[in-house]
Amino acid sequence: MLIKQLTVFMENREGRLDEVLKTLANGGIDILSVSIADTTDYGVLRAITREPERAKQILTDASFTARLNDIIAVVVPDAVGSLAKVVAMIHAANINIKYVYGLSIDGEGAPIAIKTDDDAKAAAILEAAGVKTLSDSEI
Amino acid sequence: MIWNEAKECMSRDEIEALQSARLVKVVNRVYHNVEYYRKKMQEIGLEPGDIKGIEDLDKLPYTTYADLRDTYPFGLAAVPRSEMVRVHASSGTTGKPKIAVYTRRDIDIWAECVARCLSMAGITRDDIIQVGYGYGLFTGGLGAHYGAEYLGALVLPMSTGNTQKLIDMMIDCDVTSIACTPSYLLHVAEDLEKAGLVDKIKLKSAICGAEPWTNEMRDQMEARLHIKAYDIYGLTEMMGPGVACDCEYHKGLHIWEDHFLPEIIDPATQKQLPKGSDGELVITNLTKEGMPLIRYRTKDLTSIEYDKCECGRTMARIQRFRGRSDDMLIIKGVNVFPSQVEAALLTIDGTTPHYMLVVDRVGNSDTLEVQVEVAESAFTDEMQSLEKLSKAVHDKLKTAIGLNAKVKLVEPNGLEHFDGKSKHVIDKRKLYQ
Repeated sequence: MLIKQLTVFMENREGRLDEVLKTLANGGIDILSVSIADTTDYGVLRAITREPERAKQILTDASFTARLNDIIAVVVPDAVGSLAKVVAMIHAANINIKYVYGLSIDGEGAPIAIKTDDDAKAAAILEAAGVKTLSDSEI
Repeated sequence: MIWNEAKECMSRDEIEALQSARLVKVVNRVYHNVEYYRKKMQEIGLEPGDIKGIEDLDKLPYTTYADLRDTYPFGLAAVPRSEMVRVHASSGTTGKPKIAVYTRRDIDIWAECVARCLSMAGITRDDIIQVGYGYGLFTGGLGAHYGAEYLGALVLPMSTGNTQKLIDMMIDCDVTSIACTPSYLLHVAEDLEKAGLVDKIKLKSAICGAEPWTNEMRDQMEARLHIKAYDIYGLTEMMGPGVACDCEYHKGLHIWEDHFLPEIIDPATQKQLPKGSDGELVITNLTKEGMPLIRYRTKDLTSIEYDKCECGRTMARIQRFRGRSDDMLIIKGVNVFPSQVEAALLTIDGTTPHYMLVVDRVGNSDTLEVQVEVAESAFTDEMQSLEKLSKAVHDKLKTAIGLNAKVKLVEPNGLEHFDGKSKHVIDKRKLYQ
């Protein structure tokens, strides 16, 4: 299973994150997790939200550059080496991991977002090995 | 020191008589040898015989960049290919460069013009001069080089790009003079200061050009390097550096009126203005054989003083440049038109045609930042794709304008969208006072 991730391009200037978050808040969008990748000039905000389609539309209407893409949400068991095993499985299938961040979602284990160059295949491999992946309705 | 007193100190009457005779000749030459000019004159019913002297100058049509572009590369050449010995070029507004064609005699006259300028700066055959302009299609390197050799000075053709070597040889060879852009000389001064080597140099003078500079910059370089600095002016289309230069009184740049006929026009009405007026500088080549230009619009805004200078020269003086009547920028001595940037961006997927050029001078070096909007279609969740886009823009601009620009990706609609061209530029350097 894959979930939707909201991505926003932001210039690296004061108050820009504030504007993005306020716009989502005013639209009543619940943000579950956030991660930011940045350079000195610009950043990319990655967020898992409820109602991702509507969240994207709200931002686009407010002249932000936003888009949705799929990402794997894996529930990693609370045990030493669990994440390493998950990563090893993906690696063994010659799939490249692009980025990873933790999701703050309540439940068993540690939910982690993983972006690879073949998400569908990576998710299938994990599921076949008994690793739980989440769908949009489960977050 | 006056290199050619017979010419540089002629009386106004003598200058005008010589200019009139040469103007008649050059107009005849282009009419008979250059089809493009002949047609232009015929279109307005002008015969070479209608031009009897400089008083008839304003009857002649102007030559602009568009004419050079339309006739690129050799359409305005007035001599057969076998007479041409060299080509130089500078960037044009879009695509094709502006080129200049020289005969052997043109190269000699150019060398003499530069020699007059160097002489004005007190340089003699006993001097050792480093040429720190680029050698190549750009006129700076070879122009200064030939002039210095013509004068009999010892020339070190340094070109650009290796400041350390320039400084080492400046000290090792007891270099007494340097020709380079003013911003580069300040950069050299900084490096000399950092290394504690200012006391080790024998430099006496600097001939700086290829970009506009201020009196403050002159004061700075003179004080920091204990030298005298002179401003040399020129443009590829007319010849290259050495069209005009300032003397020790710094009352404007003496233009070599026996070879270049200057006038000031109103860029809006395109009418010639009376002597002393402010407007656009227009120059006519009086002696050039390869590709003489008639009433070439330089787009430089200034005025001209005609009274005799304290230095003894009578050649008219171009006053401080007040700006340009087009949107050309001079960055690190390189001519850049915003339209070149626009054309380059249009070839890159993932950017919109909206952009902003921010030019600044950090320390003594010009910087160019190009702000480019990221097209929505090009945006993904991956940083890599943005970095790739940024690099693609950088590389494309490097090819198009020859400069390493800092590329800044901005949000779509993050730039104000203007219709006018000139609003694509923020120049923080304050080069024109």
